Amino acid sequence: MPMTITEKILAAHSDRDTVHPGEIIMARIDLALGNDITAPIAIKILRDNGIDEVFDKDKIALVPDHFTPNKDIASAEQCKVLREFAHDYDISHYFELGEMGVEHALLPEQGIVLPGDLVLGADSHTCTYGGLGAFSTGVGSTDLAGAMISGRSWFRVPTSMKFVLDGELRPWVGGKDLILYIIGQIGVDGALYRSMELTGSAIGALGMSDRLAMCNMAIEAGAKNGIIAPDAITEEYVKGRSEREYTVFSSDADAVYDEVINIDASQIELQVAFPHLPENSKPVGEAKDISIDQVVIGSCTNGRFEDLEIAASLIKGKKVADGVRMIVIPATPTIYRQAMDAGFFAIFLEAGAVISPPTCGPCLGGHMGVLAEGEKAVATTNRNFVGRMGHPGSEVYLSGPAVAAASAVAGTISSPHDLI
Amino acid sequence: MSETVFRGRAWKFGNDVDTDAIIPARYLNTSDPEVLAAHCMEDADPEFSSRVSAGDMIVGGKNFGCGSSREHAPIAIKAAGVSCVIAPSFARIFYRNSFNMGLPIFESAQASAQTVSGDELEVNTATGVIRNITRGEEYRAEPFPPFMVELIEAGGLIPFVLREMGK
Ligand code: SF4
Repeated sequence: MPMTITEKILAAHSDRDTVHPGEIIMARIDLALGNDITAPIAIKILRDNGIDEVFDKDKIALVPDHFTPNKDIASAEQCKVLREFAHDYDISHYFELGEMGVEHALLPEQGIVLPGDLVLGADSHTCTYGGLGAFSTGVGSTDLAGAMISGRSWFRVPTSMKFVLDGELRPWVGGKDLILYIIGQIGVDGALYRSMELTGSAIGALGMSDRLAMCNMAIEAGAKNGIIAPDAITEEYVKGRSEREYTVFSSDADAVYDEVINIDASQIELQVAFPHLPENSKPVGEAKDISIDQVVIGSCTNGRFEDLEIAASLIKGKKVADGVRMIVIPATPTIYRQAMDAGFFAIFLEAGAVISPPTCGPCLGGHMGVLAEGEKAVATTNRNFVGRMGHPGSEVYLSGPAVAAASAVAGTISSPHDLI
Repeated sequence: MSETVFRGRAWKFGNDVDTDAIIPARYLNTSDPEVLAAHCMEDADPEFSSRVSAGDMIVGGKNFGCGSSREHAPIAIKAAGVSCVIAPSFARIFYRNSFNMGLPIFESAQASAQTVSGDELEVNTATGVIRNITRGEEYRAEPFPPFMVELIEAGGLIPFVLREMGK
């Protein structure tokens, strides 16, 4: 029976030849992930039930990235729960400050997630790893606890939607613009319960950073997972990051989709998603003249080296506009180091930006750049819900790194084309 | 499935109520149910937590609970005393979390379309019948898939997992 890449990964992890959409299966987990917000609840469940070992100490990742470096006493207590658990249960992939980065940038970078894996994460953006050709999906803390105990979890096999993006991208347009455009077309529940499979020549031409950014936002369309079949670019990225063997899956030509959407990617312009939903995406030109108070470049969506590189190339030799605060957050310590070595820090500092240590920080209104009432920000993050970056009366406009950097210089939402 | 009947006032919300509206991230440095309950639905209706009474129900629009994976959202709703949530559709992580934690949720487009805030509702968990006492109407909710019934009857995900593992 023909299957999609998602169905094949689910079948392989439940020792079956085939799976059908709608079926509920029990599948083996290659990695279970938790952070400083979600893991403490899961850890309490294990401890309260007297469970003194996890199913596999090498298949659990704990990343305290949301409110770290500890924002306040309550956050410090939550991080302490992770630290002590990691010690007591001998967890291999626990990341202390200094090694810690934003989870969904960190795990692929460290080779902890590989193509063909099945990853369950107590964080909604766990779907990011679909960029590597893995099946990964977000769950809550109780599911994380169940997976840490048994190494298995239940899944309803999703139906799949196929997005075929062909054509050459316009200058400065990247993965973030493509996914914002798609969400704008289908809405924040346009892929509810379903798998979003991304394919076509425009996807094949994207680097890993853009692919991960696109799958990262599959949840913003309600999807269970986003996925891109591995190719030579994926293999090149994975090479040298892990000794572990992995399996490359791809969809059969006659696999069944409940919707196939063809998109001419060459027509997609730079996008901005207006408050307060990611589906409110429009070409950047329609956001012109909106003045802003803050720009954030970072997060699990666009805090990778390539994103900082785009921002640095646009900011170089220019100044952040008066009245605008620009915050750059390299997503991991490795990216931080690479950006520093590449000279980006000097560019950002001379422009008047501030560089934050790796953290989720302002992305969820946590710390390191929270907005006051009435303030507006352009951010390369993934959500612009009411109050997401601070006061319920503040506003977030989502964009890729090019629009964010151009807007920081202009002081109003701008296209990089206006800058040069 | 054993039968429970909930009766309470409806609190109506719109489409795409996200987890930041249910419990804003600024309160996630704790998982204490009492603290979370005090801020439940704060960014959608600041009065909600002080005015909700035990047994009341949340009736949302489509895609209820979209956004983050935080279990703090169903915890906050449950701790606020809400007996169940009714919506035409739920975001998938919220759906999963609610079952795992024992917050009953019902999919009914009809109930969501017809109900307004303040209506008195009665929900039968076994039959999925929702009665709107104020309006004298009756709506149907989708029955739970058999696996979900098994989960609920086991007492939630963790007892289910422990039983499967013979622990
Ligand atoms: S960067 Fe933002 S979206 Fe990503 S994991 Fe952190 S809080 Fe969540």
